[in-house]
Amino acid sequence: MHRALCWLLAAFLALAAPAAFAADLEPLVRGLGAGNYADTEKALAKLAETGDPAAVPVIEALQAGDLYVRKPDGAVVVAKRSGNGYALTDPVTGAPIGEADRNAVEKIKVNNALRRTMSAALGALTLMSPNAGVRWQAAEAVFKSRDANALEALDAALAKETDEGVKRAMTQARASVVLGSSAPDGDKLAAVEVLKDRGDQDALALLNGAAGNGSEAVKAAAGKAVAAVESRLALWGAAQNLWYGLSLGSVLLLAAIGLAVTFGVMGVINMAHGEMVMIGAYATFLVQEGFRAWAPGLFDFSILVALPVAFLVSGAVGVVIERSVIRWLYGRPLETLLATWGLSLALQQAVRSLFGPTNREVGAPSWMSGAFQLGGLTITYGRLWIVVFAFLVFGALLVALRRTWFGLSIRAVTQNRNMASAMGIRTARVDALTFGLGSGIAGLAGVALSQIDNVSPNLGQGYIIDSFMVVVFGGVGNLWGTLVGALALGSVNKFLEPYAGAVLGKILVLIFIILFIQRRPRGLFALKGRAVEA
Amino acid sequence: MLQSGLKSGRSFVAAAGLALGLAAGFAGPASAQDTIKVGILHSLSGTMAISETTLKDVMLMLIDEQNKKGGVLGKKLEPVVVDPASNWPLFAEKARELITKDKVAAVFGCWTSVSRKSVLPVFEELNGLLFYPVQYEGEESSRNVFYTGAAPNQQAIPAVDYLMEKESVKRWVLAGTDYVYPRTTNKILEAYLKSKGVKDEDIKINYTPFGHSDWQNIVADIKKFGSAGKKTAVVSTINGDANVPFYKELGNQGVKAQDIPVVAFSVGEEELAGIDTKPLVGHLAAWNYFQSVDTPENADFIKKWKAFTKNDKRVTNDPMEAHYIGFNMWVKAVEKAGTTDSSAVIDSLIGVAVPNLTGGYSAMLPNHHITKPVLIGEVQENGQFETVSKTPGLVPGDEWSDYLADSKDLISDWRAPMSCGNFNVKTGKCGGKGS
Repeated sequence: MHRALCWLLAAFLALAAPAAFAADLEPLVRGLGAGNYADTEKALAKLAETGDPAAVPVIEALQAGDLYVRKPDGAVVVAKRSGNGYALTDPVTGAPIGEADRNAVEKIKVNNALRRTMSAALGALTLMSPNAGVRWQAAEAVFKSRDANALEALDAALAKETDEGVKRAMTQARASVVLGSSAPDGDKLAAVEVLKDRGDQDALALLNGAAGNGSEAVKAAAGKAVAAVESRLALWGAAQNLWYGLSLGSVLLLAAIGLAVTFGVMGVINMAHGEMVMIGAYATFLVQEGFRAWAPGLFDFSILVALPVAFLVSGAVGVVIERSVIRWLYGRPLETLLATWGLSLALQQAVRSLFGPTNREVGAPSWMSGAFQLGGLTITYGRLWIVVFAFLVFGALLVALRRTWFGLSIRAVTQNRNMASAMGIRTARVDALTFGLGSGIAGLAGVALSQIDNVSPNLGQGYIIDSFMVVVFGGVGNLWGTLVGALALGSVNKFLEPYAGAVLGKILVLIFIILFIQRRPRGLFALKGRAVEA
Repeated sequence: MLQSGLKSGRSFVAAAGLALGLAAGFAGPASAQDTIKVGILHSLSGTMAISETTLKDVMLMLIDEQNKKGGVLGKKLEPVVVDPASNWPLFAEKARELITKDKVAAVFGCWTSVSRKSVLPVFEELNGLLFYPVQYEGEESSRNVFYTGAAPNQQAIPAVDYLMEKESVKRWVLAGTDYVYPRTTNKILEAYLKSKGVKDEDIKINYTPFGHSDWQNIVADIKKFGSAGKKTAVVSTINGDANVPFYKELGNQGVKAQDIPVVAFSVGEEELAGIDTKPLVGHLAAWNYFQSVDTPENADFIKKWKAFTKNDKRVTNDPMEAHYIGFNMWVKAVEKAGTTDSSAVIDSLIGVAVPNLTGGYSAMLPNHHITKPVLIGEVQENGQFETVSKTPGLVPGDEWSDYLADSKDLISDWRAPMSCGNFNVKTGKCGGKGS
């Protein structure tokens, strides 16, 4: 009997304990809805000072924009959309407390200062989380916030930490806090060493700050550490520039490779090439709209579906253009230029009428967003995939031209049309399909560019000049030339930019190409032999 | 036979064309008596169509509304829409056509400063009337132009003040597209920052070409510039298409608003419509109007706009409000003058006050600029801005910046007897810069 009573009591206490905490937090949470940013910030600081883990869901709700004030009684609640109104829950206990009309609750607004306070508070409060990832994030948050109040929690967490990576992050966070505090010189010198080992831009910012004030010893040590970190970063900076060059080069390659087929192989000066890219981007947009409407869960795959769709749509438009306009103009470059220029304007205006003049939003799938660190390099996933994709397209086109029957016909027709015709190749059909292939590849480029640029009717215009530049520079009619040309121009551009600025950099590249074409009119890799004279 | 048949066919077409032209010619003056023509000079094709088409639509809506209320001076308004196709010389040609051929009473138009500079001589020569609705760099005042967008002191300077006070920013990146508006604005900002004690090494100025799409190393540079141990912010006068890739790169490289806020002067609701704004929450923009402003006038305006465009997703933005203000001012001034004659309207416009959409009144000043509140907003997840700061009163537009050496002594006052756009208060003479 006694025993049962004890159990009951224990169970009751266990239940009551969080409730007791909750009662303590209640007035502080209420303070969050006080009205202006400054009051909310004060309330938030008090909430964080309690060190109570029960405050974490409250702050997380505020961060996510789910925290509202109920107008009749001024209570702070978590509100989630449900039907026409909001379903309310208690921010501390998470217990449902009924529903409210849309007008009966008001969202608690946050600004940048509040966002900073929130991540600092969450950092200090989640240092003891059972999840290592959360602890690492908490340590990084404290590293940024440099909140002296978090020092105690940090020391406690450090003593218990077992994970090496998290431990390092915590030590660095501790160093960051110590360096900003009025700790004795010995501690600060140790902190400088820790930050020097971290050696990234955030550490550099802290060390720069420390080199400016404090005792002579700390200043000197911080100054040395700054020099060490800077020379390390300079090395990584060069590598980073190489990556930017590669990345820009791959974008140029994608844009130009379709042109390498229509202009390079067929000799058609196609000013509407950019619009094929644009059509590919709009095809991506339509595919994504479809996914948003019917299969929002599979959105991450929308880009993969968009690839064949964009290829086919742009390719089909290309075939239609070839059959209706270009085939009458073979051998008349000036007329071709003017006709395709007109076509490009017509296509732009058609898209403008259909989709409107404003930008369309093409979302990035989750595997293409964000960045990762590779040593001192920051590599964004989107750019990485585009580099990979550009090389895949290049490889596929190379195989198609060299190893397939279709490729053989293309080469035969471009090298000697009459002979090919005599051998039974339907040259008219090969022309149409070749132009379609080039356009389709431009469509593929459109899918990739929709990830980094505007999807607007003007998308293509920005790439047409660059594309011609790449093809002419690399050598007309040579795919490898296009590859080398794109990568070379990309790298040169990116190496010039830090010194000359983007505007002058672009001008210098243009001058370089003009001079180069003067010396070698046929580009880097000139075709030799009879094909050239034909 | 065949020949002559063809000939007569041709002459028939010519005759029909002549007849049509005559009919139109006869109908023209007749209808001009019942209607007042209003010119709309916004690009509907080319690079600027992305921004300007919306302004054409809003003008059509405003004219439509006014006609429902009975028009002006008992006459209906008739919009005359022309397309200058983002081609600056064509702007001047189309402006001339509107004034001389269509005999419009007023023109609402232009977006870029270069298009305004291109039409300016036409309006001055023919004594036309232009309402210019976009924020611009100042350093200009014309008797024939009314500037309903923000001057630098109504946008750039308050934004910088906000960052200095609320975010205690000490280091500045001024990033812009390479043309007249960003260059002049940055010159003013640089002078202003230096007057506030910001050192040379804490200001970094960066220009990029129109439509720049590869922002990788510029964003990396901004991150690097921000790691000098002082709070850093970016003031962006990047214009047009280049913004989307810029913001995408910021999001991907993880430049968060908490660490390095970006405040933009050319990014509104319309520009954000093409971007996923989740990584950009907290970045700022300075305008005189946001769609999110909670006033009955604004709610009404948005409702009408969505109904007019038959599209529930269309957003409103600052230049649209400027046209709303400018158009209502023009209507009021015409009614006050009792005529659409441009000289009379130009004189009666000064001092006219009409409600703006942010819950106050905007008045036309003697320098042809207007009074406006300045709002600073933070980007939200839904692509809208949340106002985080609003000037307590209205800010009067200042055309000649007080922070530039060659314009600080100039003022503009188009009332008689001064009637001068660049009066030098030091020498006491009309004429100085810009004359």
